[in-house]
Amino acid sequence: MSDMTAVTVPVAEPSPKVETPFQRFRAEFFESKIATVALGVFLIIVLLAVFAPWITPQNPYDLAQVSVMDGRLPPGSEAFDGYTMWLGSDGSGRDLYSAILYGLRISLTVGLASGVIALLIGMAIGLVAAYAGGRIEAIIMRIVDLQLSFPASLVALMMVAALGKGVDKIILALVIAQWAYYARTVRATALVERGKEYVEAAQCLGISRFRIVFRHILPNCMAPLIVVGTVQTASAISLEATLSFLGVGLPQTEPSIGVLIANGFEYMLSGRYWISVFPGLALLFTVVSINLVGDHLRDVLNPRLKK
Amino acid sequence: MSAVLEVSGLKTHFFTHAGVVKAVDGVDFTVSKGEIMGLVGESGSGKSITGFSIIGLIDAPGRIVEGSIKFNGEEIANAKEERLQSLRGNRISMIFQDPMMTLNPVLRVDTQMIEAILAHESVSKQTAWERSRDALGLVGIPSPEERLRAYPHQLSGGMRQRVAIATAFLNRPDLIIADEPTTALDVTIQAQIIHEAQKLTRQTGTAMIWITHDLAVVAGLAERISVMYAGRIVEQGGIDDVIDRPLHPYTVGLLGSVPTANRRGKRLFQIEGMTPNMLDLPKGCAFGPRCHARTDACGLQPPIEDIDGRSLRCFNPQRAAEAVK
Amino acid sequence: MTVFIIRRLLQALLVVFMMSVIVFFGVNIVGDPVYMLVSPDADQADIEAAISRLGLDRPIWEQYGLFLKGAAQGDLGNSFIFGEPALKLILHHMPATMELAFSALFLAIVIGIPLGLYAGLYPDSRLSKGIMAASIFGFSLPTFWVGLMLIMLFAVELQWVPATGRGDLGSFLGIQSSIFTLDGLSHIFLPALNLALLKISLAIRLTRAGVREAMGLDYVKYARAKGLSTRRIIFVHVMKNIMIPVVTVMGLEFGSLIGFSVVTETIFAWPGMGKLLIDAILQLDRPVVVAYLMIIVLFFVLINLIVDILYSILDPRVRLQDQGA
Repeated sequence: MSDMTAVTVPVAEPSPKVETPFQRFRAEFFESKIATVALGVFLIIVLLAVFAPWITPQNPYDLAQVSVMDGRLPPGSEAFDGYTMWLGSDGSGRDLYSAILYGLRISLTVGLASGVIALLIGMAIGLVAAYAGGRIEAIIMRIVDLQLSFPASLVALMMVAALGKGVDKIILALVIAQWAYYARTVRATALVERGKEYVEAAQCLGISRFRIVFRHILPNCMAPLIVVGTVQTASAISLEATLSFLGVGLPQTEPSIGVLIANGFEYMLSGRYWISVFPGLALLFTVVSINLVGDHLRDVLNPRLKK
Repeated sequence: MSAVLEVSGLKTHFFTHAGVVKAVDGVDFTVSKGEIMGLVGESGSGKSITGFSIIGLIDAPGRIVEGSIKFNGEEIANAKEERLQSLRGNRISMIFQDPMMTLNPVLRVDTQMIEAILAHESVSKQTAWERSRDALGLVGIPSPEERLRAYPHQLSGGMRQRVAIATAFLNRPDLIIADEPTTALDVTIQAQIIHEAQKLTRQTGTAMIWITHDLAVVAGLAERISVMYAGRIVEQGGIDDVIDRPLHPYTVGLLGSVPTANRRGKRLFQIEGMTPNMLDLPKGCAFGPRCHARTDACGLQPPIEDIDGRSLRCFNPQRAAEAVK
Repeated sequence: MTVFIIRRLLQALLVVFMMSVIVFFGVNIVGDPVYMLVSPDADQADIEAAISRLGLDRPIWEQYGLFLKGAAQGDLGNSFIFGEPALKLILHHMPATMELAFSALFLAIVIGIPLGLYAGLYPDSRLSKGIMAASIFGFSLPTFWVGLMLIMLFAVELQWVPATGRGDLGSFLGIQSSIFTLDGLSHIFLPALNLALLKISLAIRLTRAGVREAMGLDYVKYARAKGLSTRRIIFVHVMKNIMIPVVTVMGLEFGSLIGFSVVTETIFAWPGMGKLLIDAILQLDRPVVVAYLMIIVLFFVLINLIVDILYSILDPRVRLQDQGA
């Protein structure tokens, strides 16, 4: 057994195709049919809202185009001007299809604007807490905890009670009601990251805290912030509709989906369901599609659930 | 000595999205009454899965696909759940690795011990409580009445593992499977726990399978040893034989990587390469790519051979020992 | 335990005090205090009389002192619309809101927890997937729109139950409530279901997540290894653990039930304090708004306190920390 040849060194197996994190994320996201459909529905809703002036038969807020004669027509009726009102008309004769698309513009604008502003403010405050640490962090987090012990809907309701009606005031109320969720998310990530050894190592190397916060903590917050952002935006849209429905949100001059539903409420008990139901369905599709996307994003981006 | 447990040709596979993991792939061994067998291997070698297969706790996507597990002569591989349930904790007990995780945090120790008795016997709660108290006394827990009233988090890790051992012995089982019961503990506590376990098996005549990755632990405890690698037992024999004169290159490597006093100053031996990917095992002998004694023959799966009263899966046992020297 | 409660009560007082500062200065800075505290129909002479009567010409910290003094005596101002003390008005409407919120909580627990348990135990079954899909809808659907749909379906189309109002009150143990009469029950069913929907979804998700997590944990596997019945494992080992987060969260959500009742009460014309609030906002009856705000803050603080106590009762680990402190 002494004439053995040299033991062959095992050849490294060919490394599998390298995917960028984004490619993997994309592949995993589109694995879910529901989430893919939901994303499609949401994009269609956005496109419908953006192109509303070009794809609706009337501008529901140009009084010259609206005729009271068309009031409360059931779906499929023919309007005075000759086009078909596929979704019927509301109490003052507006084509509901047109009113819904225009309403979506307002609802989406309010929801997205308040979502983005709340995200930026919440993220900034969360980062300040993470950066400053110590007392300042403790105080900020006490405020965040205190606010989060109240439901966002109640905070928003209180704000509009104090502020009054109007697009700017509603956005402000929604931002105040939601910033804390983002601040908490950033801070939670910061806590996890700060506990990791590389941060300790970086501190030992004398790397500035500023750099640690922006190079390490901020990028790690992105995934949870996106998840919280989608869910919170859906909730902002829903909240605005709720406030407007209660009559304390947007005024009649800014008829968001919530205002449309409120306007139809009085006709509901007399069986003219469409005036409330169709705007309601539009709201439903918007909110549910965003939530389904957010729900799946959470699964894809959450490393804990990965197997 | 009669065999309490006879495992032959056991295969437990996991059917995952990424492919079939052959966690246990043809394992044979026998445990006699009152015997302690050490089951040694790296993490992922299938040693714990072997233990869970015996007690019937393999969850989807895993299942026993082949082989037989005879317990006191009765076939229990893939037996009915009711039958397994009546054996578990009664005739076959298990001790888990991490005592911090195994005791239910919101239930008191007495609840968790008494229920183990009441699940298998209709005795009064009082009797069950007294038996639990006596069992705690047996594993060296001072003032057992007090400990029974405690919640797990009020006990130290070593204390909790003693509770787990006492619970395992409650119904005087024929076999105890101990899955790395000392890995999570301090070294000093480790020694005490091993001592208690050894004492109790002697007193009660209970057989034990002691699963571990630590050769030093089984060296002083077990009578026989089975070394697992990538789902198969590669070497099996009397503890002294194997430790003094290992034949399989993997066992040689494992022993060589343990620092001992009489080899002070010499470089520790290191097994090359990494543990194999269980989804994509090398052809033939799974240890082949990391083996010093590898020859062309190793491209085939080595059969079990009996040499000097032990069994072995290797084509070149002699070369292995030489390679280290 | 007593120390814990006293400490928490002091903290609660601090929170109420802080909120009173925020509410008071918020009202004074955001709006014109005269406009906020004097009826909008008042003429110049009335306003000046009010300014001196309310002490609005004094420094703001002195005004705050007066406000605090009034609040401590239960005086939060008079309603412009009803001419009654705002606090009395709110307390008068509180029972209706309470019975609605409790009914909703009851529905959430008896519907949500069993469904969540099922979905957690059999995550791959078709029914579970249906339950989870429904719970996403329960989360996403705006409460007010679901309320409209409930009215349309059950009250307008099917005419099973009335759409609005509270119905006859019954009396039991000195408590007046509509849940003690058949007519009252038929009135409360829709609004309670409407209010509960979000919480049912929450209970489902919490329970399911808890069950799924617990089922994979070592203590469940250990309980199985002891030969316990599935029923005991689920209802004692698993339930006792997941009840901690479920009770905590559902308790905290009780506050949000009261908050959300604003919407439900408006739709179903339920004569509770939420409806009172919306009417007050729409009619610029600000003392009622301020009083509602203070009551709600007090409420949330109390609920948080009660939930903390419940939590410490349920989780033995928390209890010990308190004893140690």
